[in-house]
Amino acid sequence: MDNRKDKIKVFLSRFMRNHELKDDEDVFALGYLNSLAALQLVQFLEKEFGIAIEDEDLDLDNFRTLNCMDELLERKLTCRAGA
Amino acid sequence: MQPQQQTSNEEPGMCMELSRAQREARLRFRHFVHEHVAPHAGKWDREECVPPELIERLRQNGYLGSPLPVDAGGGGLDAITYGLLTEELARGCSSVRSLLTVHDMVALALWRWGSRELKEKVGTAAARAELLCALALTEPDVGSDAAGVRTEARAEGDGYVLNGHKKWITYGQIADLFLVLVRCEGKLAAFLVPADATGFARRPQHGIVGTRASLLAELEFDHCFVPASNLVGRIGFGLSHVVGAALDHGRYSVAWGAVGIAQACLDACLEYTASRKQFGVELSQHQLVQRKLTNMITDTRAARLLCYRAGYLRQIGDPGGTSETLVAKYFASKAAVRAANDAVQLHGANGLTEDYPVARYLRDARVTEIIEGSTQIQQISIAKNPPGEL
Repeated sequence: MDNRKDKIKVFLSRFMRNHELKDDEDVFALGYLNSLAALQLVQFLEKEFGIAIEDEDLDLDNFRTLNCMDELLERKLTCRAGA
Repeated sequence: MQPQQQTSNEEPGMCMELSRAQREARLRFRHFVHEHVAPHAGKWDREECVPPELIERLRQNGYLGSPLPVDAGGGGLDAITYGLLTEELARGCSSVRSLLTVHDMVALALWRWGSRELKEKVGTAAARAELLCALALTEPDVGSDAAGVRTEARAEGDGYVLNGHKKWITYGQIADLFLVLVRCEGKLAAFLVPADATGFARRPQHGIVGTRASLLAELEFDHCFVPASNLVGRIGFGLSHVVGAALDHGRYSVAWGAVGIAQACLDACLEYTASRKQFGVELSQHQLVQRKLTNMITDTRAARLLCYRAGYLRQIGDPGGTSETLVAKYFASKAAVRAANDAVQLHGANGLTEDYPVARYLRDARVTEIIEGSTQIQQISIAKNPPGEL
């Protein structure tokens, strides 16, 4: 699980240089992510973890922190494994 | 560029050659443009109209909706082949290229973020271009600051009511579906509005300098009702993810379109400078002319390589494709303007007439530096979203 968060953290580091992102820090409140970066984050999560983010997943609470993103991935991957 | 060709489990290396299928497709696109587009582009430009017969030809050849997945009803073109199509169309006529850009960007956003109900209702028709799509973003007082749109939507009954005004909407005169960015519940949202919706009206806009034939319109939404299923994505994600996805594709398309203009300038200049004589020799023998030609050649090739790079990343689903597309659009649009400016200069007085296409190329090239994010917005965006290592 931590491995997933590490991968996301590495991806996000290009937008937040010199900031060590904590698992529960709000990436939007920090002000580093603009709309383009948010779009790229979705693309990254889909490609890196082999999931599809649908329109119903568009909720800031799914992307707000590393923990939130990890929970989203957990739900998506569990759902895929059960399909 | 063959991202699919892997001989082992390793990541694919960089292949700088087009596949046979891509080369053959480019030849088909070139023949189509040579026969059906380029000879008429000047007339369409003067008349400010791409004719319906040409749009039908584009549709019949599968050129509209070509980047959408086959199972959605689209053509399933890979990103590179789509770029080649865009370049070839722009070599002939940027107004035709702009139809491809706006239709595909909206159809893709609809398939990316539209609800199942909405996709079932209009998705396949949009992917097949049986319904033409356009993006309704710009307003009389809102351009680069897209988040400042004033058009509003409020919930009413089982849908939403839109009120507001959009301007400079490419192909707004004939589009069947509009992806409209609005303010809703204090956030940004995107709705798909059919042209036959009650409370929707449009007026042609004339007299624009570049891509003159792209049937611009102003749109009015006067208590315009759409069902709730016409919301694309979620409220709050209209700009960042829905229109953002559309613009991401639009920038890719415009970047290739700018390469097409630059190539058209180069073609025109190589021919003109080889045939016209001044001071007893062809223009192409003069070293200052050679300098302009060389700048045009290197700029065009550099822009095309940036587009290949962006296309490759987009094809493999790499999120870096978005940043590389910013760079490609930024460079290619500026290169197109430089090429067109030099092309007019090399043609002298002839370049200022409608007897030669280079004045149109210059007008059309200027548009590429403004649409889908101006050059100045690209500068801000690239610095904030730098691409990764090559």
